[in-house]
This record gives sequence, structure tokens and C-alpha cells, in this order.
Amino acid sequence: MTETARTTTQSTAQSTGRTARGPGARGVEELPLHMQRVGFDPAPELGAIRDGAGVRKVRTPFGLEAWLVTRWSDVREVLGDAGRFSNEWQGAFRPPGMPERSPEEIARLRAGNLLAFDPPAHTRLRRMLTPEFTGRRMARLEPRVREIVDQHLDAMEQAGPPADLVADFALPVPSLVICELLGVPYGDRAEFQRRSARLLDLSSPMDERMRAQEEQRDYMAGLVARERAEPGEELLGMLVREHGEELSTDELIGIANLLLIAGHETTSNMLGLGTLALMDHPDQLALVRDDPDAIGPAVEELLRWLSIVHSGTIKSATGPAEIAGQPIAEGELVMLSIPAANRDTALLEDPERLDVRRGALGHVAFGHGVHHCLGAPLARMEMRIAFPAVLQRFPDLRPAGEDRRFRSFNVVYGMESLPVTWGGA
Amino acid sequence: MGALRADRGVCIGAGMCVMTDSAVFDQDDDGIVVLLEEDPDTDGKVRAAVDACPSGALSITED
Ligand code: HEM
Ligand code: HEM
Ligand code: SF4
Repeated sequence: MTETARTTTQSTAQSTGRTARGPGARGVEELPLHMQRVGFDPAPELGAIRDGAGVRKVRTPFGLEAWLVTRWSDVREVLGDAGRFSNEWQGAFRPPGMPERSPEEIARLRAGNLLAFDPPAHTRLRRMLTPEFTGRRMARLEPRVREIVDQHLDAMEQAGPPADLVADFALPVPSLVICELLGVPYGDRAEFQRRSARLLDLSSPMDERMRAQEEQRDYMAGLVARERAEPGEELLGMLVREHGEELSTDELIGIANLLLIAGHETTSNMLGLGTLALMDHPDQLALVRDDPDAIGPAVEELLRWLSIVHSGTIKSATGPAEIAGQPIAEGELVMLSIPAANRDTALLEDPERLDVRRGALGHVAFGHGVHHCLGAPLARMEMRIAFPAVLQRFPDLRPAGEDRRFRSFNVVYGMESLPVTWGGA
Repeated sequence: MGALRADRGVCIGAGMCVMTDSAVFDQDDDGIVVLLEEDPDTDGKVRAAVDACPSGALSITED
């Protein structure tokens, strides 16, 4: 995950009937096993490992070898034990093709990235951020989330069908919600969104995306400087007010960037893929549309069934370990298959089926352990508002056309675009 | 049945417990877990919350 994912080619599987594989156009022969899917489902091979040996040695996208862990209980165990399975090795690793960077530069880019630290350095940052995601904070954001959702639905309705649910809804809504969360001023938002859209636009060349990333980082640096001078009421202002002395400017920039990276594309892809999954299951779509109590469990089930984050961060064993009977040597890398774990019969019965009525907790779509998604309360709130709102606005929403543009070679699985239509069109 | 314990030093404030059983769990202003009941029934929802807690802050000691 990581810089890594951006340096290589992106690919798309054009249809559900085919395993999503990399094109090899720019050096990727085959999509790494943990990213392989058939439509909504993890590649059959991942399930076969889970139901067989449990772990397998695989090649990561950058040529490193790692043990891929697939069973629900083993995945929970690895994620639950940051002492034995460390995230901190990543600071030292430079993916091939990335520019050479000095130790100072690396430390600067790593500052504030919770995922790049183990306790206690991780605990220090996490403790400062936790208060920003409590039920109370979420309740304060909720009316703004509703407004943002409604504005985008209004625009879609006014323009009339067909629409691209990804470009017109799933991408802009979470981006604006992050603006609200961080405290990006209104006047900056249009530009902020254009930059994030460029950053996430897979069709644009990598150097263009890298440039957008640099610009976004520069913007965050400016924002942090303004918040330092005059702290606002939102997350960055609160952090400055409460922890301004302990947090370096690089850390504040890193935190803002991490929240954008980890909170934008993830929620976007859940909204896009989740809507398509519901359109494929009309009875379940009707339930989510018509029954206000259905959405809570439905969001959990969609998170589980879609498991959009393929793997989460790669860990390094701090000492000899054993997973599913396989000895792991100190220093060996361990990665996880979140989709395979979330379709383990140890988690729930009949795991291959989508059933929004059940909504079991205990899935690992948000991870587990100390790095469990910080933004989970916000992501849940956004999805609980957005899915019913889309379906109530367009009760007969359906795909426009047969083509399904899944995107595979990314940290998170999703749709490149999702043409939809409604009404008589 | 056993006794419910919450280790506030371990809690990461993910709020899963509150989501699972808001009669027994709450979060303080820092997002850290607080127990609303001294000695709740540790079957059912409370056990589900203990299992769902990502940080391992919650436990039920069998006695
Ligand atoms: C140690 C852990 C991680 C590190 C150091 C890391 C760092 C990075 C960096 C440096 C980038 C390049 C883009 C940028 O900086 O703007 C990136 C891209 C990205 N990361 Fe991570 N990341 C980590 C984990 C995660 C996790 C857990 C998620 C999701 C939950 C995530 C989601 C993304 C996404 C969606 C992108 C854009 C991917 C793309 O362009 O294909 N990252 N990450
Ligand atoms: C449905 C949407 C989302 C999904 C599926 C998701 C998934 C995940 C996963 C799997 C991890 C753990 C990664 C690992 O252990 O390597 C993670 C971590 C994280 N997520 Fe999310 N996420 C979502 C939305 C958000 C949002 C909206 C935000 C913030 C605004 C956010 C912020 C973070 C942060 C900061 C971390 C790192 C936490 C830490 O290291 O302590 N995420 N997320
Ligand atoms: S679920 Fe666990 S980590 Fe989350 S708030 Fe409750 S006790 Fe803390």
C-alpha cells in the first residue's frame, strides 16, 4: 500500500465474467494474487488457500515476497498483535522506481502517518485524533453530510439521466465531507476537489497524478500554516488548539494528507460498488430504500461482502511466529487477504451470499487491532445517509448498459465509472 | 456469567462497543470507553461488544 501502489500501472477488468488481471502494459505481468477478483468476488484461488493451507508465499507488487494470510481468525490475530507483526519496517523501504530520498525527506513524508508507526509512537498520534471521531463529533457533521449528499442528488436530477454515479456522486461527496472534517474553507473547495479528482483519475498519466499529489500536499501545508495562525473549529484547528505544541508542522500536514488519502477513495468506492451490488439484488435494494431500519445492518454487510481494501498494510514479523501451522521467520513479511477473511465460514454462515438483513459485526473490512480504521464512524455515517438518499431520490435506479468497469490495480477495489439511469429513460 | 472490564489505557476509541450496546458502553470526550453499568449481564450484546472491540480493551473475566 503506499507509494508502491502509485508507481505501477493501473488496470481494469472490463466485465464481471473475467478475473481482473493487470494488463502488463507497463511492467505488471499479472495482478498480484491478493488483488484478484471476479466481479464482486475474491478470486477462487484466494478462497481455496483459505480453505486449504491457510497461508501461501506470494510476490507483492514490488517483487518482495510475503506470506498471504487468508483465514478470518488468523487475520484477526495478525492485526491484533502489533508487537509481533510490525508496521514500522515500511519507513525504510523504497519501492523500485521511486525517486531516491534522503532520510530527512523520508522522515518528513512519514510524519503523522499513523499506519507507518507501531505503538507507542502510533498510540501518541491516535490518542490525539480519537476525540475527533466520537459520536458527538459525528452528530455535528451529520447535517452537513446530508446537505452535501442532497446537493449532488439535486444536480443529478436536474441534469437528467443518464449519469455517472462515480463522477457525479461517489467521488465528490466524500471529498467534500473531508473538507468539512478538516476545515477546508469554502472558497478553496472547488480547487481542492479538482486536485483530488486529478489525483484519483486513473486515466491520467502517473506523472500528472504525482504532480497533483505534490500540489495537494502543498495546499495542506498552507492550510496547516493558516490553522496554526488562527485555529478554526474543525479537526485541524482543534488539533492545533489541543496539541499545537506537541505536534510538528510536518505531522499536521501528514495527518491531513492521511485523512484525505484514507478517507476519500475508500468511501467513494464503497458508494459506487455498493450501489451496483444493490442494483444487482433488487429485493435488497428495495429494503434499503424503503425501511429506515435496514441501512445499519446493510452497511456492515456491504462492507464485509465487498471488502474493498484488498490487504491493508504489510507487516513484518518481529520474531519467529507461526500462522496456520506455517512457521514464519523473523523479518519475513506478512500480508492479509481481507476479502478472503470476510468470506470465511468461521465468521458467518453462507459467506458468499450478500444478505443485507444480517449485518454481522466482527468483519475485518475496517481492519482490526490498533490500526482499526480511525474514520470508521464517519464512513458509516456517510454510507448510512448516502445509500438510502440515492435510492429514495431515484427509486428505479438501474445500470445504463452492460459494461462494468471494475478497477483492480489499486489499494482499494472499486468502479472506474458507473453509468446509471432512472425514470422513463 | 463473568465480570466486564474495560482497560481505558488500551482502548483506541473505535466506538464499536457503543454501537453494539449503548446501554452499557459510552465514550468520554476523548473518545475513550466508559462503562455505564457496574455489573451488566455479560451475555448477549455485551459479549458481542467484547468480541467486536478491535483493540482488545474489553474483557469478561469468568469467575
Ligand atoms: C503504512 C501504510 C500506508 C502508507 C505509508 C501509505 C502511503 C501512501 C502514499 C504515500 C500514497 C501515495 C499518494 C499520496 O501520498 O497522495 C498512497 C496512496 C494511497 N493509499 Fe496509502 N498508505 C498506507 C496505507 C493505506 C491504507 C490502509 C489505505 C486504505 C484504507 C490507503 C489508501 C490509499 C489510497 C486509496 C491511495 C491512492 C492509491 C492510488 O492512487 O491507487 N493507504 N498511500
Ligand atoms: C468505507 C470506507 C473505509 C474503509 C473500507 C476503510 C478501511 C480501512 C482499513 C482496512 C484500515 C486499516 C488498514 C491497516 O491496518 O493497514 C483503515 C485505517 C485507517 N482509516 Fe479507514 N476506511 C474507510 C474510511 C475512512 C475514512 C472516511 C477516514 C477518515 C476520514 C479513514 C481514515 C483512516 C485512518 C486515519 C486509518 C489509519 C488508522 C491507524 O493507523 O491508526 N478511513 N481504514
Ligand atoms: S470498542 Fe474497544 S476500542 Fe472501541 S471504544 Fe470500545 S473499548 Fe474502546
